[in-house]
Order: sequence, then C-alpha cells, then structure tokens
Amino acid sequence: MNIWTVILIGLKEISSHKFRSFLTMLGIILGVASLVGMSALVQGMENGMREAMEAIGGIEKVSVIQQDLPPSQSHLSDQVVGITMDDVEALKQNATLTKLITPEMNLGRGSVVTRGNNMMRPFIISGTWPNALEMNSHVIEHGRMFNEIDDDLARNVCVIGTEVRDELFGERDASGKEIIPLGEQININGELFTIIGMFQRYESEKQKKQREYEAANPTPERSGPQRRTGWGGGGPGGWAFRLKNTTIYMPLNTMWLKFKTASGTNSVPERTLDTLNIRISSAEEMDEALQQARNILMQTHFSLEDFDFRTQENWDANISAQIRNYRLSGGIIAAISLIVGGIGIMNIMFASITERIREIGVRKAIGATTYAIFIQILVESIVVAFIGGILGILVSFGLIEILKIAIPNDNEPVITFGALSFAFTISVLVGLFAGLLPAFKAAKLDPIEALRYE
Amino acid sequence: MALVELKNVSKIYQVGDEEIRALDNITLDIESGEFISIIGPSGSGKSTLMHLLGCLDTPTHGTLTLDGIQIQNASPMQLAAIRNRKIGFVFQSFNLLPKLNVAQNIEVPMIYAGVPARERHERVMEALKRVNLENRARHRPMQLSGGQQQRVAIARALINNPRIVFADEPTGNLDTHTGETILSLFRELSQHGHTIVLVTHNPEIAAVTPRKIEIRDGKISLTLDERLSGKNLHIQS
Repeated sequence: MNIWTVILIGLKEISSHKFRSFLTMLGIILGVASLVGMSALVQGMENGMREAMEAIGGIEKVSVIQQDLPPSQSHLSDQVVGITMDDVEALKQNATLTKLITPEMNLGRGSVVTRGNNMMRPFIISGTWPNALEMNSHVIEHGRMFNEIDDDLARNVCVIGTEVRDELFGERDASGKEIIPLGEQININGELFTIIGMFQRYESEKQKKQREYEAANPTPERSGPQRRTGWGGGGPGGWAFRLKNTTIYMPLNTMWLKFKTASGTNSVPERTLDTLNIRISSAEEMDEALQQARNILMQTHFSLEDFDFRTQENWDANISAQIRNYRLSGGIIAAISLIVGGIGIMNIMFASITERIREIGVRKAIGATTYAIFIQILVESIVVAFIGGILGILVSFGLIEILKIAIPNDNEPVITFGALSFAFTISVLVGLFAGLLPAFKAAKLDPIEALRYE
Repeated sequence: MALVELKNVSKIYQVGDEEIRALDNITLDIESGEFISIIGPSGSGKSTLMHLLGCLDTPTHGTLTLDGIQIQNASPMQLAAIRNRKIGFVFQSFNLLPKLNVAQNIEVPMIYAGVPARERHERVMEALKRVNLENRARHRPMQLSGGQQQRVAIARALINNPRIVFADEPTGNLDTHTGETILSLFRELSQHGHTIVLVTHNPEIAAVTPRKIEIRDGKISLTLDERLSGKNLHIQS
C-alpha cells in the first residue's frame, strides 16, 4: 500500500472531524506563529544592531592606533616616531590584503565652529583624504567631496554633516524649505572655511521610524518654558549615527598646514597622524591582513612597537552573542507552545484511536498489517501537524503585521526563510513524535479483542 | 488435500492460575467449495475455532494448514497477508467503516493488497453488481438498510477472491426475511464455487448448509453431512 493512499486516508479522517482537527491544529498554528514572530523580532533587533556597526565602517575597518612602547622597549621611547605618512605610503605599496588606506588628522574636542552667533563643538573635525567617504561609509547628498587638487593646494574647504548644518544654520528656513548651506562660510578655530558639500542625514531604521511616527503623531506641546529635550533615544548604536552627523571633513593638507604648524617642533608642522584607518579585503582574512600590516609597520617603526590595531571584532562578537541569547531564550519559549500543540495532537490521537478500536479491528481482519495501522495513525498525526505548520506560517505573516502596528517606532520585524523553514520542520517533527505513541498503541491492538470492542 | 486441515488443534487460555481449554484436540478438514456451518451455544468455543480458521489467532497445540500454508508458526505479518488474500470475513454487525462510502469500503482490502487504483475501481463495480447495489456506490453505510449493509460486507469479503469466506452470525442483526435473502445469497455464492463457513448458534440457519459441525465445550460433538446420509436430518440441540 503506497504512502499516498495512507496520506489520503489520513486527510479523510481529518476532514471528517473538521472542527476537532482545527482545534488540534490550533496549538501547532500558534506555536509556529510565535516561533516565526519571535525570530522576526530578533532579526529586526539584529538588523538594528548591525546597522550601527556598518555605519561606522563595518567589521572590515581596522584602525591603527598609537600606544606606549611595551616595557622591554620603553628605554627607546625617544626614538618613537608615531604613525605618520611614511606608514601610509609603506602600507599603500606593500599591504596587498588591505584595499583602502585613509590617514586622518583631527582637531581636538575643544575646537569650536562658529557662524555668526551660532556656535558648536562637532564630534569629529578631520583632515583626511577623499577616500574617507568609502572608509567611513559616508554619502554626499549635496555638493561634492573635496578632491586631490583641493588637498594639494590645501584649500579651506569642508564637507559637513547635517547636524552641523542644523546647529549653525538651522534645518529649515522660514518657508519650511531645507537649508543647503553650500558656498557658505564657517569659522573653524579661527580659520574661514567654505562649505562645498553636505552628507546625507544618517539615522538608524529605528530613529527613522521614530521620526516618521512623531511626524504622524505629534506629541502634545510641552508646558513650561521652551527647551531642548535632549539626545536620548535612538536605540542601540544611535550614537554612531549622531557621530557621523556631527562630522566636518577637510583636506588632510589643509588640516596639517593650517592647524598643526603651531604644535610641531622647530617650525616643522606636527607629522603624526591621529588615526590611520585601513579596510581589509574580507573579514575572513582578518588575521593574515593584520599580520601583513604589522610586518610592514614594524619596518617603518624600526621595530618599535608603538602601534596597535583596533578592530570591531568584539562588537561583532557581542552582537552575535546577544542575538544568539535572544534567539535561544525566545526560541525555547516559543518551542514550549509548539510542544503544548504536540501534546494536544497526541491527546486527540489517543481519543481518536479509542473511538476507532473497532475500525482498527476490522482493518486488521481484512488484511491490514501492524505496520499499515502504525503508519496510518502516524501519518494522520503528521498531516495534522503539516497543515498546522502551513497555516501557522500564514498566521505568522498576519502576526508580523500586528507587531508592526503595535511597535511603529521600533525596528521592523523581519521574517527570514530560515525561520520559516525551521518552524515548519519543527512542527512536522512535533507531529511525528506526538503520533508515535498512539500509533504504537493502535498497531499492537489484538484484532479479536478490537473486533469485540463495543 | 483439503483446503483447511486441522490436526489435534487446541487453544488454551491462561486466566490467572486457571487453564481454560477453549478448543480441545480438534481435528477437522474443510474441502474447497464446501458450504459448512459451525454451530454451538455461546461459550462452546465456536468463535475461537473461527478465529483460528480465519487466521486471526494461532493454535496453542496442533497444526493448522490453510491452502497448503502452515498457520501455527506464521508471524503476525504473514497472518495479515493471508487474511488479506485468502480469507473473507462477514460479521454479525456488518463492521463497515462508517466514514467511507460503499465503494470505498469494498475497496479497502484491495488497497492493503496493493491493487492498482484503476483495477480497484473496476472490481468494485463488478462486486456491487453481484450483490445488486450498483446504485448505492456513493452511499454511506448508515444510509443503507441492514440487509444492504450486509450485502456490502459480503462484497467486501469477496473482493480479493479469497479461498474461504467466514460468516459469523451473518443474519443475527437482521429480520427473518432479510436474513433469508442473505442466506440465499450465500447459497448462490456456494453454488458458484466459493468455500463458505457459517458460524451460528441457530440450528435453523445452519440448516441451509449440507454439512454441520457442532462444537460443545471445545470439542466437536457432532458432525452431520447430508451428502453422506442423503436426507435432511433434524439436529438435536
């Protein structure tokens, strides 16, 4: 007897008790929906967390930073040269596993940017190369990035983030139009700079949704005197976007000549870079790429180990670990509801075979083998779970829509194919295990006793 | 060689410390094409005998051969296959599957025998014709009268062309008139060469068969064979 006939018999059995079968499936349906829903929420959370990491350059970005000499070399501390353009050139020539190198000189946090009466202290005022755009995942929305010519001529030009514009110019003019301050001049630590470009506004998905939500549902006016209500919110990693929005970039040579002459010795401008960022080809080659870069830098630093690497590996591992924990704990809770569904199936299957003892006796008398009865009951149970699993997946899409409405200002839950197939597989397995015991009980019924059963 | 051969067959049940001999040293042959009845009061062991003959059970002692196959050592799997292909059952309470319609009920033994769907359909139609229920194929058992249900059961019992058909009180749940039609159907089948064993407690019903075996206390107490005596015998019960 082939498997399709058995499945057909199972389907017939299920359809002859539609309501009862539906109630039985309900456990599986809700279990699958909660498993998928939970996984979608965690996926949304993970997307939110990764987003911030991507915003500051992703896992492939590595910073070469300065450090004190190790104790064994500390007597040579007057020989230390720091990270300089020599390192940049050496890496550029030799580091084959590194695909992008961006030097940076920064103004300290005490720097002040003014325009008219407005004043602000940006997080980042950097002199750098045009490829900083790629390195730090910046996108110019208005105007242009400075180029090599601007750099060669050390022009007083800069590119700003939207938050800088907001502070110095305001976001919108009286007519509600967005202000684009291209060509305007701002004063950075006493030097006048012309704005030639502005980045797009960076925000996390959550911030964006929050903003849209607030636009749609304006909060009632606060009572009392007018005030700024702070920077809170933005979700995990919100600061990464804030950082990018309060950035000012200028050409490296401009920074060097205009701001570093005073801090050098003997009228030679300060040579050391504040940051040297490199981007490796792929995260899998992290170890090799860092070893290569280290070998090169050891040469330019005359074997003095006054540098170190800083990667985002910890952050990445943190996110993975955190997500794994959420996924596991949520998964266990959702799995409990699936198991409850399985117990429901088992219960109904036991009731169903007790109801059908005579039928089983008849089937055995007319030639059904123990195996055929076993398979029939097992397949019935699996078919219930199978249909329940499919309905559960459909319901989970509805559940996600409800979640989206319930949390309009948080990361959007994301259903993944993996979650769907996992939940579905589990539900079918639950059906299989729930059917084993009843099927075994039915199969070992003695035909004579079963025929006599009233 | 007879179709069914029982040699010194006993069936012993152990109930607590007590040993119950449901069948005690029975020797019996049933020839192919025979129409035979097994009679006896309830508790006599006739049901146990039918269960053994029908391969629903195996004897404790003795040998039982059906169509040349030794039954006493067969595995449950083999017994199921033998029941499926060589034996048909007709029960007192019809025992049709209530959720299947008439045609599907008749089809079930063929499904277990692995008959392809197209052939199953043809054979169901043939069988329905034989029991005059062609126009009831899509009815549920509960929509039929008792006599019709029993005819469906007979059609089901015959569908795999069994070597032998057992009818356990086939008229027990029917009124006298309907019972007679069922009995005449059996007689007709017998005339067509089917081997039929009627199991009953009622001597009047047993009267339709040429040969009668009476069981009492697990033993054959009387064998009556019209073919040997040449006249109708009155049975003392």
